[in-house]
Amino acid sequence: MKRITIDPITRLEGHGKIEIFLDDEGDVANTYFQVPELRGFERFCVGRPVEEMPLLTNRICGVCPEAHHMAGAKACDAVYKVDPPRPAKLLRELLYSGFYFTDHTTHFYALAGPDFVMGPDAPVAQRNILGIIHKVGLEIGGKVIQARKYGHAIVEMIGGRKVHPCTSIPGGITKHLTNEERDQILEMGKWAVEFAQFSLKLFNDIVLGNKTYVDLILGDIYHHRTYYIGTVDDQNKVNFYDGLVSVMSPDGERLGKYAAHEYTDWIAERVEPWTYLKFPYLKKVGWKGLVDGKDSGVYCATPLSRLNAADGMATPLAQEEYERFYTTLVPDKATPGTKPIVHHRLATHWARLIELLYAAEHIVELASDPEITSDNVHTVPTETPTEGVGIVEAPRGTLTHHYWTDERGVLTKVNLVVGTTNNYAPISMSIKKAAEQLITKGTVVTEGMLNMVEMAFRAYDPCFGCATHSLPGRMPLQVTIRDACGEPIDVLKQYC
Amino acid sequence: MSDKPKFAMYWAASCGGCEIAVLNIGEKILDVDANFDVVFWPVAMDAKYKDVEAMADESITLTFFNGGIRNSENEALAKLLRRKSKILVSFGSCACEGCIPGLANFSSPREVFDAAYATVSTDNPDGTRPAVRVTVPEGDLEIPEFYPVLKTLDQVVPVDYYMPGCPPESHQIAAVIDLVIAALKGEAELPPPGATIGAGDSTVCDECPRTRNIKKIKSFTRIQDLVSVDPELCLLEQGIPCNGPATRSGCGALCPKVGAQCIGCYGAADGVVDFGARLMTAFASVIDSDDPDDIDRILDTLPDPAGQFYRFSLAGSLLRAAKPAWMASEESVA
Repeated sequence: MKRITIDPITRLEGHGKIEIFLDDEGDVANTYFQVPELRGFERFCVGRPVEEMPLLTNRICGVCPEAHHMAGAKACDAVYKVDPPRPAKLLRELLYSGFYFTDHTTHFYALAGPDFVMGPDAPVAQRNILGIIHKVGLEIGGKVIQARKYGHAIVEMIGGRKVHPCTSIPGGITKHLTNEERDQILEMGKWAVEFAQFSLKLFNDIVLGNKTYVDLILGDIYHHRTYYIGTVDDQNKVNFYDGLVSVMSPDGERLGKYAAHEYTDWIAERVEPWTYLKFPYLKKVGWKGLVDGKDSGVYCATPLSRLNAADGMATPLAQEEYERFYTTLVPDKATPGTKPIVHHRLATHWARLIELLYAAEHIVELASDPEITSDNVHTVPTETPTEGVGIVEAPRGTLTHHYWTDERGVLTKVNLVVGTTNNYAPISMSIKKAAEQLITKGTVVTEGMLNMVEMAFRAYDPCFGCATHSLPGRMPLQVTIRDACGEPIDVLKQYC
Repeated sequence: MSDKPKFAMYWAASCGGCEIAVLNIGEKILDVDANFDVVFWPVAMDAKYKDVEAMADESITLTFFNGGIRNSENEALAKLLRRKSKILVSFGSCACEGCIPGLANFSSPREVFDAAYATVSTDNPDGTRPAVRVTVPEGDLEIPEFYPVLKTLDQVVPVDYYMPGCPPESHQIAAVIDLVIAALKGEAELPPPGATIGAGDSTVCDECPRTRNIKKIKSFTRIQDLVSVDPELCLLEQGIPCNGPATRSGCGALCPKVGAQCIGCYGAADGVVDFGARLMTAFASVIDSDDPDDIDRILDTLPDPAGQFYRFSLAGSLLRAAKPAWMASEESVA
């Protein structure tokens, strides 16, 4: 059997590789996407005081420590059955919105944007942030740096640190916001709204105005009919910090909504011996392997998923964009009782910008709340600690922390279902589909293959910081084609 | 390629926070670009692993290596980069002392696997565990070997300098880069090999703005049990188990400033051989009792002494000189 090994180079040294096996006809027999690292947080957090979890689990991922900090703090609240005062919740959510603003900006401009702004066929040397700056204008580079700086400033003001925030504790937060800090955040928030609108306009002009790109988005290669999950508020609008997790079928029927403590009724994880990462799936639907469709429990948890799982956005400008998103990509009217669903993975980039706008508008809303500067930011827990689950939406997927403690609040058991892990199955499927379309009868479409596979990856913004520790980045790829004896007959490379 | 000095940065078993901290140095990154050829840095540029292998030994002037040594591939990369680098900096808490992932050394690999692959949400009736080599219908697949313990970088290769912090603060990183650039131009001298760089030489307490009154405590207090943290007073004197007294300065006391205890991420202060031993001494000095039973009672109010004293430093601590308890018990079973 012929074998093709795709080694994302950074992964070659430790963080992941793809094996493609061809059958006797030279068609794809199977693909394996391996994640080769484990650090073991679920074990070594046992024995630690539960209030340290928002600090310890930060160290799962330095790209999204804010997500682990928040899920950890909410799980701590649940363990002590304590409801933080409203100002504390507002502050946590404000920190989190600042984080989303930075994170989504980075992804769009540094990683996804170049494919579209420069075009997937542009020379490699131009398909980067510098290429965007050259094409769109120098001032955009300054804006992107400013956007990242503002988001980080909000995180540091409330969380105490730029990386690995430290202020959220069981029952609230250790620090309140001064009037001066609030005023600064408000200014930054207003600027952020304009920046997000500018980004959407850029996407609209350059991508949606170009038939080639629209065809690429709507094409079959990046299309998967899976389930979608995402957290929604009581109006079924997208929420990053709190609410119920909505589960949407590929046909646009809501299977249900679950509260944090009910997650084990909905989510299960499968273990395969050839990878350190588990494959989550919907328990109520069941594991049918890495396949699409309504009978397969494979689900996705991304910006696209959150829009699909919700009925709208909670802020006015983002809501307008949400409506335009569905009328543009699903022009046919949905069956009564269902909502339109976008299955095109590349549309995730558009969905991410709509979330960027929501995050920015929400910064302004939260900073304008009269209670945001209240010093009533902590409730002392009085109940005996037992067990609790905390869920937030990490940018890369629903994040679940589940803790069990003894009566002193010392951890006896820990379970974590982290952001990108949710998407392990759909990412694997996207890789397989790209491979199947690009390799037929032993003929490998060399030109563009690597970038096509890479684009399939990038739509999910895979951050294996949570599982391994790749930043969402350009994937250096090397494809080695081997004959039946394992001898290499061709090597394709990109960025390496 | 120009004849500028070469720079590399690599992550082993880490979270990526060190890379973010380097990217956060802002415009200083342009100085790196102006003074170095960045030859290998997976997060920021196209990784050129094969190019690194092809380089002459010691041809990379400066390498920042972050992350602990958790598996066989981490170790292979550590050895490769040691060979190719003139100056190898153990960068960040994971590489220097094991950091939070080093707490895994209290457990056996079997316990780590059992915890990860038999959780309440895991559907695994056959007890499947990942294995280094697995035969699937189409052929064989391999993943790296998970080591019995997490090792620090200097436990697998010699290291020139240590740069502590989880992550190292961006202003400290910028200062180190300035120093190296100046040294390469002959305008400054590098510290002696084995030195700690990019940090202070005193303790976090010395840079903490909180007031100390040499007050003693009758018990330790968990932070969530305080209605509000006094904004001016030393956290330890409020009973909060703050690691400031044993922790190296350099961060600017970020956490105590916002009402959170220092968790010790900058590692042991200058001259301290074992972080845990030093912190125990510091805690003992604030206990307000001479009665052994009363002292025991006060110490019992610390819920997790092992984690408290070795939260970041376990893998690199003196404790590693002894065989882990789990290793002895697994041998007796065998």
